[in-house]
Amino acid sequence: MKPAPFAYARPESLEDAIGLLEEHGEDARILAGGQSLMATLNMRLSAPEILVDIGRVPGLAGIKATEGGIRIGAMTRHAEVESSEIVAAHAPLIASAMPHIAHPAVRNRGTFGGSIAFADPAAELPACAVALGARMVIAGRGGARTVAADAFFRGLYETALGPGEVLTGIEVPNAGAGWRSGFMELARRHGDYAMIGLAAHMEVKDGRFGRGRLAFFAVGERPVLAARSAALLEGERWSDALGARIAEMLKEELDPFEDLNADAAMRRHLAGVLARRVLGPLAA
Amino acid sequence: MDRTVEIGLRVNGERATRRVEARMNLVDFLREELGLTGSHVGCEHGVCGACTVRVDGRIARGCLMLAAQADGADIWTIEGLSDTGEIRALQDAFVERNALQCGYCTPGMLLTLAELRERNPAADRREIREFISGNYCRCTGYEAIVDAFEMARAREGGLP
Repeated sequence: MKPAPFAYARPESLEDAIGLLEEHGEDARILAGGQSLMATLNMRLSAPEILVDIGRVPGLAGIKATEGGIRIGAMTRHAEVESSEIVAAHAPLIASAMPHIAHPAVRNRGTFGGSIAFADPAAELPACAVALGARMVIAGRGGARTVAADAFFRGLYETALGPGEVLTGIEVPNAGAGWRSGFMELARRHGDYAMIGLAAHMEVKDGRFGRGRLAFFAVGERPVLAARSAALLEGERWSDALGARIAEMLKEELDPFEDLNADAAMRRHLAGVLARRVLGPLAA
Repeated sequence: MDRTVEIGLRVNGERATRRVEARMNLVDFLREELGLTGSHVGCEHGVCGACTVRVDGRIARGCLMLAAQADGADIWTIEGLSDTGEIRALQDAFVERNALQCGYCTPGMLLTLAELRERNPAADRREIREFISGNYCRCTGYEAIVDAFEMARAREGGLP
């Protein structure tokens, strides 16, 4: 299908972008890489009056190491994040998630910030951001503010971004010594949206789990932290028996949605499968 | 509000300027404005890969990009890559291995494989399949397509 008609603006500064967003309010949508938005426009799930293309706003792309971690500019393409040595060194969870994001042609255009701001419940990066305790840097008329990932993802395609605001970057803190991460998802075709996925970030000392976060995606309206399951891991060594207990706890703790790909019972079952596959090697 | 945009871009090495509807996507622009119907329109939401074209050196979905976004870009389509001979070995191997039947996916498949040849020339069969996972083919079962990639590579000098 074809999108409903809209106007198109391509501001060349952040100020102009914010100005356009303020002027048009709810009628405007930001166009970043367009790899999710264009599909929804084509299917007429969304029909904005104007698209504000931030593709030529300077300063929004790029990856750099900072004092406490790394900063990924919102307009950084997935392909660049995927091949970044900085990301591989400082945020291996994100590096291991990247190949699962759609297909090469989509990763060439799609942006890191676009995926975060779109907040698809089955997307990989929101779950990674929650697992890692990332912070979103947001620009608006009054200047910049940062919002923790936990508070940023509010619901189905819903974020803390207000009208007239632009996500400009994502700050990922360095993991402390002894922290490990693992990522896995299950999809019917490689690169399709996941039936379920897990981004795990755990402390491991001498083969025993410490604190950590298990962020599941494609189970709820936003990334879901399985806190009770993570608590079961604390102080334990990995074993098949522990894997079985985690799988049982996940069935209790998660309340997944159903769709054409998987019903809720199947998603509950797959959560345990993922936990075993991801957590076992983490403690080894 | 004006719902049209003036764009200027390079397609297969030739300059093109047009005023287009802002909502027009790149693959429709190529097909309808420039008559380059080699890039196909399939699902129109980024799933099938039939509309794959090369934008500034990298493959992209022609249905997930506005013509307006391609303003100033360097675009290559199956027509251009056929004319320059860049993918000749791959095309010959497709014919010999029967790596197409209806041909609908073939232009997108060829552009995707051309990028794989550049980015991971030593790709094994699993990696080849993974790289073309975003391009649906409903005729071949993919086996012959993977064979054709390997055959073209062998003829072009084998693994690096």
